Amino acid sequence: MRRYVIKRLGQAVGVLWAAYTVSFLVLDYLPGDPVTAMASAGMDSGQVDPQQIAALRHEYGFDKPVLVQYAEYLGRAVRGDFGDSVSTGRPVTSALADALPQTLQLTGAALLLAVVLGGALAVLATYTAQRWLRQLLLSLPPLGVSVPTFWVGLLLVETFSFRLHWFPAFGNDGFKGLVLPALTLAVPTGAQIAQVLAKSLLTALDQAYVETARAKGAGRWRVHLRHALRNAALPALTVVGLLVGQLIAGSVVVETVFSRDGLGRVTAAAVTAQDIPLVQGVVVFGALIFVMTNLVIDLVYPLFDPRLVVASGRKAALA
Amino acid sequence: MSQSLVDDPVEAALGLGRPIGAGPQPYPGRRVDVRRLLRFVLRRPGLLLSVVVLVLVVLASFWPDLFTSQDPLKGVPSQNFRGPSGSHWFGTDELGRDVFSRVVHGAQLSLKATLIAVLVAFVAGGLLGVVAGFVGRWVDDVLMRFVDVLLSIPALFLSLALVTALGYGTVKVAVAVGIASVAAFARVARAEVLRVRQAVFVEASHASGARWYAVLVRHVLPNAAGPVIVLATLDFGSSILAVSALSFLGYGAPPPAPEWGTLISDGRNYLANAWWLTALPGLAIAATVLATNRIARALDGEWNRQP
Amino acid sequence: MTDERDNGEDVTTPLLEIRGLSVSYRARGGTITAVRGVDLDVWPGQVTAVVGESGSGKSTTAHAITRLLSANGRIEAGTVRFGRHDLATLSEAELRTVRGARIGLVPQDPTVSLNPVKRIGDQVAEVLLIHGLATRRSAPAETVAVLDRAGLPDAAVRARQYPHELSGGMRQRALIAIAIAAQPELIIADEPTSALDVTVQRVILDHLQRLTEVSGTAVLLVTHDLQVAAERAQRLVVMSQGKVVEAGPTGDILADPQNDYTRRLLASATSLTTARPRTPASIPKAKTAPLVEVRNLVKEFTLPRTGDGPRTLRAVDDVSLTLHRGQTLALVGESGSGKSTTARLVLRLTDASAGHILFDGTDVTTAKGARARQLRRRAQLVYQNPYASLDPRFSIGEVITEPLRAFKIGNRASRLARARELLDRVALSAAALERRPAELSGGQRQRVAIARALALSPDLVVCDEPVSALDVSVQSQVLDLLTELQTDLGVAYLFISHDLAVVRQIAHQVAVMRAGRVVETGPPEELFTRPRHEYTRELLAAIPGGRVPTPTAERPRAEDHIA
Repeated sequence: MRRYVIKRLGQAVGVLWAAYTVSFLVLDYLPGDPVTAMASAGMDSGQVDPQQIAALRHEYGFDKPVLVQYAEYLGRAVRGDFGDSVSTGRPVTSALADALPQTLQLTGAALLLAVVLGGALAVLATYTAQRWLRQLLLSLPPLGVSVPTFWVGLLLVETFSFRLHWFPAFGNDGFKGLVLPALTLAVPTGAQIAQVLAKSLLTALDQAYVETARAKGAGRWRVHLRHALRNAALPALTVVGLLVGQLIAGSVVVETVFSRDGLGRVTAAAVTAQDIPLVQGVVVFGALIFVMTNLVIDLVYPLFDPRLVVASGRKAALA
Repeated sequence: MSQSLVDDPVEAALGLGRPIGAGPQPYPGRRVDVRRLLRFVLRRPGLLLSVVVLVLVVLASFWPDLFTSQDPLKGVPSQNFRGPSGSHWFGTDELGRDVFSRVVHGAQLSLKATLIAVLVAFVAGGLLGVVAGFVGRWVDDVLMRFVDVLLSIPALFLSLALVTALGYGTVKVAVAVGIASVAAFARVARAEVLRVRQAVFVEASHASGARWYAVLVRHVLPNAAGPVIVLATLDFGSSILAVSALSFLGYGAPPPAPEWGTLISDGRNYLANAWWLTALPGLAIAATVLATNRIARALDGEWNRQP
Repeated sequence: MTDERDNGEDVTTPLLEIRGLSVSYRARGGTITAVRGVDLDVWPGQVTAVVGESGSGKSTTAHAITRLLSANGRIEAGTVRFGRHDLATLSEAELRTVRGARIGLVPQDPTVSLNPVKRIGDQVAEVLLIHGLATRRSAPAETVAVLDRAGLPDAAVRARQYPHELSGGMRQRALIAIAIAAQPELIIADEPTSALDVTVQRVILDHLQRLTEVSGTAVLLVTHDLQVAAERAQRLVVMSQGKVVEAGPTGDILADPQNDYTRRLLASATSLTTARPRTPASIPKAKTAPLVEVRNLVKEFTLPRTGDGPRTLRAVDDVSLTLHRGQTLALVGESGSGKSTTARLVLRLTDASAGHILFDGTDVTTAKGARARQLRRRAQLVYQNPYASLDPRFSIGEVITEPLRAFKIGNRASRLARARELLDRVALSAAALERRPAELSGGQRQRVAIARALALSPDLVVCDEPVSALDVSVQSQVLDLLTELQTDLGVAYLFISHDLAVVRQIAHQVAVMRAGRVVETGPPEELFTRPRHEYTRELLAAIPGGRVPTPTAERPRAEDHIA
């Protein structure tokens, strides 16, 4: 088991490094002249002083060959130093660290809502014998994935804030301020969870072991929850891991719509300002969250599925 | 020999090899029978509606004058903030421009962007996946590692990074969105190629003396294409959403271009008193995406029903 | 038959009485009636076998008894009297008290019928817990007892394991345990052994039979195999196309079948085990050089590493064979014997680890590229699964002419003509050229596969279990075709099968394989009458019925009590 963990950790580090490299390629190599971009970011365009450009170039090391730059940057990044944000001057890492808690709160709440609502919908839709109810429930997820998140957010604000005054329209205060944003963010993810879970539940219900269970005299709920769901939850669990990245990214839009502070707002501002170090930090951070979440899921998965070969050799799956 | 060879108990009951189809069998051959297709679509109102919506969107992007004669870029300032009415179906915005006309003219921008995005993803991702799946071994490992990395970066972040690097504009946004979708296409294409490659009839073809390229082109690609095409249709919808999100955030074409996302972003400022500025363009987006998703589901269903 | 048994149970009325049962399925085109007006009786303490080919409705009937049909199935009419109730009209809740407790089901496929994420013990215990026959605390001990009764060795250890850690035979015993746990009065066994190897089949069926004798449970055995039914059942019900065509005591039916269909079924079943092989008159001339010669062939597979280091599996272990022109060499063995791998090595579909393969005098052991293709020109393959070996998107014409196109033989017109000729050879109409595989039946598709194999006029055709996936009546047709083709075209066959009875009809020489080695070779008659190796004897003994189906299950009860 330990070898498996170490192997996965190694893979995770590898992916992170590769993500860093990709972000480097895109942001530092691609634009050709990031310096002019950065230099003109803080001021009106067209007013760039060539001396200033040369100075910036030297400071950021852009006058050195690409590979050397890369090695230097990578060295610094590994030590947690992503440089300083061009627009605010503060270190990137502290800018991210400050913005993180708010976003984690938002994404956490959204994930919880998505799993609970999406899961409940899938279970109900596949359990009910009433065709009309099943059709109705199953028509909701496609709706959920088809609507733009920012539009949903705005509509919710329009209805529940401006018309009904139940919730605040913007800001970060407290629980009430979390409801609408979390709901908005949860819609597409919850819809996808519902779709995947419903599909795997239907597949599970078709399997021969369900017939065996029914032949034992098991009641419908027992068959549905203890047999079908138990098996169907596994692919759904994998999907949740993949969707975490979507949730983090979605915070960009949702925080903008609801004027909340957080990682999303910081990112949007960074892109507008063409603040390359900050954007790079955000990209690598996004990858970090994704990798960590999936690592946890990968390690936890064998607990749920005994068929997996754990590479210690002690447990082996027979064909 | 675990499964009963004829899975469908109905077919087994008949003891026939002929599958039970609805209505008379189509003419033999691979050409799609138009009449059967029409009948299929007409029997499903949701699908019919989706096709109609999509046709309308396509028409609007090529010939906007079919739908509206009003100017999307210049408005009558005195007529601003009018709600939806007979003369202005979607109302007017802060500069008195007709919102419906802006939405119609925006269709072209959205369609162009989406096509570019899907094309980029389909070609790049499909190529990656086919090569990885067909060649296998170390090539597969290397390519899939690369794809895994792309997948680990949240799509929107990747697009934002590309926008930061490349700059603003409809085409640049489209390419950014396309590149973010490459990973999904690569994954699906590879999975399908692997699945078909292991099929018995592929080995049979090989055993009959066919060379590898003949096997690839005649057997593997046609049988693997289905799910990839379904994904392309789905990607159409998700690309529209991604493109409009990026233009909502302000990275699309500069004003006064009537990109749908930009329209909503503009309307946001007046949410309290002019709800139609955000609600209706968003409805256009939602309707288009719903339509493409519905069509994708139909394609997926039909593909799964193939023998 | 005595009227009363020691425990005073009444055996004059049937335990299960089905009258006029009709079951239909809702399909896209309409409703299909799978079962029409079926009458069936099952007597306590007896084994009743329902025999029929695929599509006969036997499985549907069995499942309809406890209303375990799929979602689109419905009981249209009829009564299912079990004890004092009509199961067809009971409410779902009441039916659930019958399922598992009074009627047990042993399903067909042990690989998929167990919940993969639950332990064996938990799955057996579930039956007891649902019907209140054990508490959470007493369940584990009772479970082990039940698994023991079902014949699972090391029951306590197995109970803690998951399904994937058990072999097929053990899983099936676990399923039997689930069926008998609550000591039901009736067990419905739906093809309980068709997914298992022949030697394991015998063990399982023995066990089921013993359970009947010991506990007096009635068994309804659904099977497509007449031999099995004849050996194990006291009563026989023959079904075809949803109807019961004949029913009665096994001995009576076998001795004097009344119905045409029964007679036909009997004929095709017996033809596989009667001592009349149909080999052509030509006897191999020892002087001519063999077409295929295999010397000391070895194929090793490396297995995933375990804690103890790398492991290899010798799928083919020092095998030597000879095949002459126009002859048939059969490779017989159970799953894992290496017979299929050997054939694939001969065709160069995989690389040998050691040894030599000679085709018509030329060493082709390491042939690659163009040389391998030369081999393909003269040696072709017919696969086991007719549903998977044809590209579903090709038309039949394209399937058959593909080898011709691959070697650029002729032009469009000549290829089409050849395809027609081949279709005619395999007794299919030329209209099939335009059809797609999905429109043909299994037997027809296999004929197309044979036609494709013959397109290049090869010297050798390897047949990998070509009839195992087909119904019995279709099997003999395809075997007849293969024999005929050999006589007409002089093609040699390397015939792979797990079924000695099938092989008997068609082979000149038989090689019995086990665990990668050839244990015995010889002409089939010799092997059948004077087997020398113990494994061959075991294999022969495992064929249900041996030669002609005889009712061996009908022994008077009194005999059991004689010391």
